Amino acid sequence: MDINKTLRHGLAKPVLHLLALLPAFWLGWLVLSNDLGANPIERVNRFTGDWALYMLLIALAVTPAKLLSGWKSLPRFRRMLGLYSFFYASLHLTSYLVLDHQLHWGRIIEDITKRPYIMVGLACVIILTMLAVTSPKAAIRKLGAKAWQKLHKLVYAAGCLGVIHYYLLVKADIRQPLLMAGILLLLFGIRFWHHRRAASSPPKKTSVDRPGHAV
Amino acid sequence: GKALEYRKTGYSVDEPLTDRELATQYNNFYEFTTSKEAVVAEARDFNTSPWTVKVSGLADKTGTYDLADLIDYNALEERIYRFRCVETWSMIVPWIGVPLADVVKKLGPQPGAKYVRFQTLVDEEQMPGLNRINIPWPYQEGLRMDEAMNALPLLTVGMYGEILPNQNGAPIRLIVPWKYGFKSIKSIVGLHFTDQEPKTTWNILAPNEYGFYANVNPDVSHPRWSQSSERRLGAGLFDGREDTLFMNGYADEVVSLYDGMDLKKHY
Repeated sequence: MDINKTLRHGLAKPVLHLLALLPAFWLGWLVLSNDLGANPIERVNRFTGDWALYMLLIALAVTPAKLLSGWKSLPRFRRMLGLYSFFYASLHLTSYLVLDHQLHWGRIIEDITKRPYIMVGLACVIILTMLAVTSPKAAIRKLGAKAWQKLHKLVYAAGCLGVIHYYLLVKADIRQPLLMAGILLLLFGIRFWHHRRAASSPPKKTSVDRPGHAV
Repeated sequence: GKALEYRKTGYSVDEPLTDRELATQYNNFYEFTTSKEAVVAEARDFNTSPWTVKVSGLADKTGTYDLADLIDYNALEERIYRFRCVETWSMIVPWIGVPLADVVKKLGPQPGAKYVRFQTLVDEEQMPGLNRINIPWPYQEGLRMDEAMNALPLLTVGMYGEILPNQNGAPIRLIVPWKYGFKSIKSIVGLHFTDQEPKTTWNILAPNEYGFYANVNPDVSHPRWSQSSERRLGAGLFDGREDTLFMNGYADEVVSLYDGMDLKKHY
């Protein structure tokens, strides 16, 4: 079976959409069945925040996965996964503003100006929003490929900010945020290692050995 | 759990009780696990009988006490208190116990005793959380002697008419209603009278975040989050937050303890 062919199959994207929406369906089910536990707002905050971060890490894993596996059709899912991170981050922000603070702007502004984890989280959401807004192909044409690419490098910053935001809000058990940080570092490491290898080997050989694998 | 005999008191709150199910299924008890939802299951087989409490330090009646010798089970009373966690959730619970002050008096603290320190059980066989997280066990908490002698702190052995469930700190815990929940130490095995301010666990872990006093105070933020409001357990998804009360609503009873102290400094 040709993996790349499967990845380009017409059903590949619909299936991935369905998978990426499963957490949202699950959350909707918990809300409707009133099964969010003792602290429902906290639960919704956590759940949406967790999935925003998971989706971001999955989106960031696409290129390293392509580099390691050679499945060159993988990147066609990258934008979509990034947009799902934005989707869950938007739910997360909405949950914070509407459910948790009931749009009580005095409290919200105090939070934003005084709490580092809120500032970091907000910066992350702002980046994800900029990337989502400029994700259509028309935006690439408008901005020019170079500027667009530069802007979209901010996704790495978003990943770091997301993990820092998570780390800052836990009380003592930092295993989970450390795991996320570890995954992020690993993904960066794979890119870095590949860059260096590509840079140190003669360009001709690279192009023969690994066609179409420019990073 | 087993039903307890107790008398009602005037200590109450003008708001509905938190559902028993919520108050007993959403717990911080890191000796078992850091997941509040999972403590119930992890603590299910926790064996709390027999249970002894070691009393030591500057007191006349030091020694190792069986639970029933420390707590007069004929004098149990019910007190409905607000409980405010430092993580900004809160509940209203009918606790059953005896005033800490009565027990302290019985133990005969010496004039030099300025503080009392409490310790939680450490039992690796029974507490699977001990090795999963880097905390210097045993969990320790403390009160200044005049705080301990205040009428409010309750040495608690029950809630909602029954003996304490394991996850809530069976068989004996402290309830100090004007302080953040982490002061209300669970599953107590040690009580030590001392002339030094005891080291307390959260203060050791993060001194800039958790002070020795830990009085509930909406005007003194935790460095990372505001303490001005709270989420009541059982509140619906659209019910929002309640304003947090100074000293958790017990200012009349306790504020004189802190006369002349800067509460921003002694948080």
